[in-house]
Amino acid sequence: MHRFLGNDILSNRPMTYTTKLICIVLLFVGNFALAKNDAQHSEAPKKDKKTEIKEYIEHHLQDSHDFSLFSSTDENGEVHHYGFPLPVILWDNGIKVFSSSKFHHGEELAEVDGNYYKLHHSKIYKTDASGTLNYDDSHGEHPTNVRPLDFSITKSVVMMLVTGLLLVWLFSSLARSYAKNGSVPKGIGRFFEPIVLYIRDDIAIANIGEKKYKKYMPFLLTVFFFIWFLNMFGLTPLGVNVTGNIAVTTALAVLVFLLTNFTGTKDYWKHIFDPLGDGMPWYGKMIIYIILVPIEILGLFIKPFALLIRLYANMTAGHVVLMSLIGLIFIFKSWVGGPLSFGLSFAISMIELLVALLQAYIFTMLAALYFGFASEEHDHDDEAELAHL
Amino acid sequence: MEKLVNDFSFGLFIWQIVLFLLLLFLLRKFAWKPILNAVEEREDGIKKALASAEDAKKEMQNVTADSEKLLKEARAEREAMMKEAREIKEKMIADSKEQAKVEGDKMIKQAQATIESEKKAAVAELKSQVAELSVSIAEKVIKEELSGKDKQLKLVEKMLDDIKLN
Repeated sequence: MHRFLGNDILSNRPMTYTTKLICIVLLFVGNFALAKNDAQHSEAPKKDKKTEIKEYIEHHLQDSHDFSLFSSTDENGEVHHYGFPLPVILWDNGIKVFSSSKFHHGEELAEVDGNYYKLHHSKIYKTDASGTLNYDDSHGEHPTNVRPLDFSITKSVVMMLVTGLLLVWLFSSLARSYAKNGSVPKGIGRFFEPIVLYIRDDIAIANIGEKKYKKYMPFLLTVFFFIWFLNMFGLTPLGVNVTGNIAVTTALAVLVFLLTNFTGTKDYWKHIFDPLGDGMPWYGKMIIYIILVPIEILGLFIKPFALLIRLYANMTAGHVVLMSLIGLIFIFKSWVGGPLSFGLSFAISMIELLVALLQAYIFTMLAALYFGFASEEHDHDDEAELAHL
Repeated sequence: MEKLVNDFSFGLFIWQIVLFLLLLFLLRKFAWKPILNAVEEREDGIKKALASAEDAKKEMQNVTADSEKLLKEARAEREAMMKEAREIKEKMIADSKEQAKVEGDKMIKQAQATIESEKKAAVAELKSQVAELSVSIAEKVIKEELSGKDKQLKLVEKMLDDIKLN
């Protein structure tokens, strides 16, 4: 748990005093809970509340193969899940498509075309008919079974589809309202138009420049609203954590990386491979470039990597903090602890609303900054003049 | 880091790339381009409207300046006319004064001449009257002197005396 919090502190996200305090408290609580868990494990197989909450949070942070809304345990100890199954698509010597209801939330094996698949910690493993998982270590964390390529429509994919459709509907209706009302937005467009203009004027034009910003506008707008909306969905009781998923943030960062380097100008590449230019004779540059050029090349990859880690860590940390605070209600079960946890989680929710917007802004802002580097063109006349002086 | 790698789902990654590119394409075509174009058009419209308003303002200023100029000119003309009229008036007064003076001088001279001639006439008359008077006086005196015989004899004598002397 504190790994996420550590990432949070390392990232550029401004933290309020309260958030820091809560994080510190949670660090101790988390350690305490972990320590307790180990003891419990060896003594009794029955899980206590803290372990249950911890597992619940870990489960929530991961993608899932069915869209579960909530679950309950009846008097007989049977767990009932409420939600709907999603299609599982596997590539295992040919495409295999089946409903995730076959797994029964990981309780049963799914048999497709004579192959057996087991759902373990939200991941699908290929097993034998009895569903044995072989582990490489004693902790029982990482099964060595084959993992078929999993292209399932998971909960995250569903949320991305929903968000995508929402965005297309929202903004194409805004675009149509311009045509109808003579360039004046109507309804919800009045709320979104200033944001679009802000991204254009204060993010794109400010970082990329008047000449070239237009090329990047669709990407910046899409990435901003996509991240923002998914962040906001993450705060709803639907319990999705799309932007807190490393694969999603990686995909976004990869796109930023590709766009940056494929639109890079001659000056951009010159800055990487010949940053000093004519400022120094070649034998002088040779020595410095042995260090400098690798750093610059490394920088190419570090920039988008920082993007993906920042977004992932911030969103994950937010979810962990919020869910831990809500979990505290069930641990304390007292008149003091309950309302206190509730108040804290409410306050954090408010902060998370801000963070949802802030992280979308930071991602867009930094992407625009990198695009700005890539499309930068030095004014050679200026340089010549400087040399003259 | 190990956890991150373990959590990484390649399938989700591919889905995200595909869906995002699709979303980017759709939004670019149906949303961002029309929105940005509309906004740009509107901004251009506003700019143009502002520029034309500025132009109109300038035109107004020009018109005001023109009318002001006209007014000024009219005022100057009036001033000039007034000045001219005043000058004419003054000139006329001066002229008439001059004329009057000349006329007066002329009249005075005439009067003087008349007076002189009257005076001369009077003196001449006076002279003639004095001469008449003196002749009559002399007549009377002579008459008186030569009234007696002796007196006449005396005179003849005297005159003879004078001739003798010569």
